[in-house]
Amino acid sequence: MSILGTRVLRTEDPRFLTTGGVYVEDLVDERLDGACHVFFIRSPVAHARVNGIDASAALQAPGVVAVFTGADLADLPPIPGAGPVKPQIQQRLLAIDKVRYVGEPVAVVVVEEPYQGEDALELVAVDYDPLPPVLGFDPGDDTLLFEDAGTNVAGWWGNQADLKADLFDGCDVVVSQTIVNQRVAPAPMETRGGAAVWGEDGRLTAWIPNQGAQGTKGALARMLQVEPGLVRVITPDVGGAFGAKFGADPEHVVLAWIARELGRPARWSETRYENLIAMTHGRAQQHTITVGGSRDGDIQAYRLEIVQDAGAYIRAGGFLPFLTRLMTTGPYDIPRAESVASIVVTSTTPIGAYRGAGRPEAAAALDRAIDLYAAEAGLDPADVRRKNLLPTFTEPHRTAFGAVYDTGDYATGLDRALAAAGYADLRREQAARRARGDVRQLGIGLSSYVEITGMGEGEGSGPSENATVEVHPDGTATILTGTSPHGQGHQTAWAMVASEELGIPVEKITLQWGDTDLIPKGGGTGGSRSLQLGGAAVKQASLELIEEARQRAAAQLEASPADLVFDKTRTAFNVAGDPDATVPLTQLAEQERLLIRTVFTGVGATFPFGTHVAVVEVDTETGKPTLLRMVTVDDAGIVLNPLLAEGQRHGGIGQGAAQAFVEEVVYDDEGNPLTASFADYPFVSATELPSFELVDSETPTTNNPLGVKGIGEAGSIGSTPAVQNAIIDAVAHLGVRHIDMPATSRRVWQAIRAAQAQTENA
Amino acid sequence: MTHIELTVNGEKRSDEVEPRLLLIHYLREELGLRAANVGCDTTSCGACTVLLDGRSVKACTVLAVQASGHEVTTAEGLSEGGELHPVQAAFQQEHGLQCGFCTPGMVMATVGLLAENPHPTEEQAREGLEGNFCRCTGYHNIIRAVLAAASAQAETTQSTEVTA
Repeated sequence: MSILGTRVLRTEDPRFLTTGGVYVEDLVDERLDGACHVFFIRSPVAHARVNGIDASAALQAPGVVAVFTGADLADLPPIPGAGPVKPQIQQRLLAIDKVRYVGEPVAVVVVEEPYQGEDALELVAVDYDPLPPVLGFDPGDDTLLFEDAGTNVAGWWGNQADLKADLFDGCDVVVSQTIVNQRVAPAPMETRGGAAVWGEDGRLTAWIPNQGAQGTKGALARMLQVEPGLVRVITPDVGGAFGAKFGADPEHVVLAWIARELGRPARWSETRYENLIAMTHGRAQQHTITVGGSRDGDIQAYRLEIVQDAGAYIRAGGFLPFLTRLMTTGPYDIPRAESVASIVVTSTTPIGAYRGAGRPEAAAALDRAIDLYAAEAGLDPADVRRKNLLPTFTEPHRTAFGAVYDTGDYATGLDRALAAAGYADLRREQAARRARGDVRQLGIGLSSYVEITGMGEGEGSGPSENATVEVHPDGTATILTGTSPHGQGHQTAWAMVASEELGIPVEKITLQWGDTDLIPKGGGTGGSRSLQLGGAAVKQASLELIEEARQRAAAQLEASPADLVFDKTRTAFNVAGDPDATVPLTQLAEQERLLIRTVFTGVGATFPFGTHVAVVEVDTETGKPTLLRMVTVDDAGIVLNPLLAEGQRHGGIGQGAAQAFVEEVVYDDEGNPLTASFADYPFVSATELPSFELVDSETPTTNNPLGVKGIGEAGSIGSTPAVQNAIIDAVAHLGVRHIDMPATSRRVWQAIRAAQAQTENA
Repeated sequence: MTHIELTVNGEKRSDEVEPRLLLIHYLREELGLRAANVGCDTTSCGACTVLLDGRSVKACTVLAVQASGHEVTTAEGLSEGGELHPVQAAFQQEHGLQCGFCTPGMVMATVGLLAENPHPTEEQAREGLEGNFCRCTGYHNIIRAVLAAASAQAETTQSTEVTA
């Protein structure tokens, strides 16, 4: 029986459950003996000139080894922005002359013991000359964040001049709305940190929590201006990342620089306060959506105008609108569609990738557009979705925005989700509550989405990843992978893939990742790429290993390779028809290392899809929304291990739902963050979420031999608009048309009051 | 420096500590028990949860000196003879952990919760773990694990009673 598709428990777990993982702060390594500790002094103002830094008092404090400022690192080049943005927008590793957001690193204090750092930080005096903050999606150019750039509009994806004036001609129903996909904090449970030491050979070893050691190595080498060969990155256990631990941050570079400058190991561990103001945030887009169609529900035209608030410096924020644009029309067949994005800089924390990274924003805009259109036309939103979904396809479908969808069966996904939710009954219950005028009203929200996973180039001529599989003489096996698990369970999953081909039990297979000396190349884990590329590479390596072994076994048995049969139950070859003429893999491995490194290259990106149905109750007197049910179809092709796939879906659904009605990063009018601790940032808790109802659906892709698509982000894409739509739906009969996220009690209550006032005035 | 005497995972300890030293830092840095983690600065996230005399506490908000004279249990001290504790076993069985960072705290909070309420409803389990954050699981499988551990403990208790 195949192990694939079965619920194999994680082999990772016993360690995590007993001694706990070894995260960077837990590291005990003799190379780090005698390490100093690095503390960052961060800007307390949103936008200011830095006139001077006086560290004299700090230098007298107990345990202080050194204080460094931007001037000390001035030789290292500034970091350019990502994407099509103005070249003048650059970041220094430590601020020089100007600070541009609360939390920007200005200086570092290096101490012997961590508690001394907390004390010494207070003693460094920085003279700031405050400037007006630059805030919002339309910051204007009265105050420039980067004077040399001449504008706060950093760049564009698409051309506004290309928008057609007649796009909505002939549409009987046209609706437009400007909505905000708010800024949220990735907030992995483990904050950022690192440890760095330079060896006598002049090489840097850096332990950094990351999503891909190889990418982190490249970024470190580039920013430090050293040869990549001089950098070794080791990935400890990583306590969550969600897109925000890709590459390297300025703090990591400063850490490595200090270790070199002082000639001793250095460690850094940020507080949650720092994490919430200085780790990249996610989302932060404004959408102006316009949708037009016929009275009977045929959508004919759609326009999406995006403004990306990239924060003070351009990180992934320069790239996110590209993905949002790419997925503009989602799973729908919309004859005329256009999309354009501008990127603005503001005096806030830089924006980076966050679970879904650009695709949830596209889905949220589209799902709001469809609900607004359905409401205007007086149609059921489920009917409108079904009427406009692309028909089932198995040959690639190219969208107007250049995405090539591999396989899709969108209407079936919708129907399965509606059936599992009991959609008709829910609508009846809603109608009854409305007729009775109940205080607690019911809302039903939908999202039908498609997203892109496993994109980008690798070592191959398309999306690719490497794997090395080695069978040892004792019957165990080792896999090296270029992916980088941080909760996804690759050790179990990759072992299942190899076990399926080699017959070696999962518990005898060890996975290694995240050491650039051991695995020099790799794309890491992000964009839901790992199984479809890294897992497929493990399969390919396992098959190639069997072929290699077959040749060797044939020579030994003096038989033709074609006459040999690989018996997985015995992990051995035997001559067909002669089970006694046998050679086990262990014997071959004893004679000569039995090891294959291979690169798998996929046909192209894959496009998981699904439908989420959210059911909420809203107290119309207080505005309080309660999420009652989440019913989801998330079709990511063939499921390797339902346990892991469901876990990925749960996590995504939880985070996505949290964005809809709980979480938001908030700044005041001066650019001060108001959500800089877990006492203030409304991190979603167990009491705010229900148990989730998952519906199975597997539409294979042909882009890789496992038939799998990515499942890491899908949950977070459908859930956000489904919950938002549900909350609005609960109060739609009171005249509410739209509520921005997070749809908190206060926002819902205000929307109800505003709608009532409008009705009374009418 | 202040003198403290306490029991940690069944072993007696005595140490001289700074009065401001937090229990979590004492456990991690002085004793090398690093399963419990620090996830925030505001007693919000529960990653540092340990048992103090059998009740779950957030070790980031207890001073080491306050633990003097008491009994502390961490995730390291939960399993006996290499066997997972029923709560730990339930977390593996139900896939109640992913990145693992919140896990030792979540497990100890669950042990504390089940000591107070051996048969929680789903709602009570959610209320009981409100102070323990997890970013990976959406809490779905954590709640399954809590309920499964409660059932397993009930069965063990029952069979013990029958044997007796």
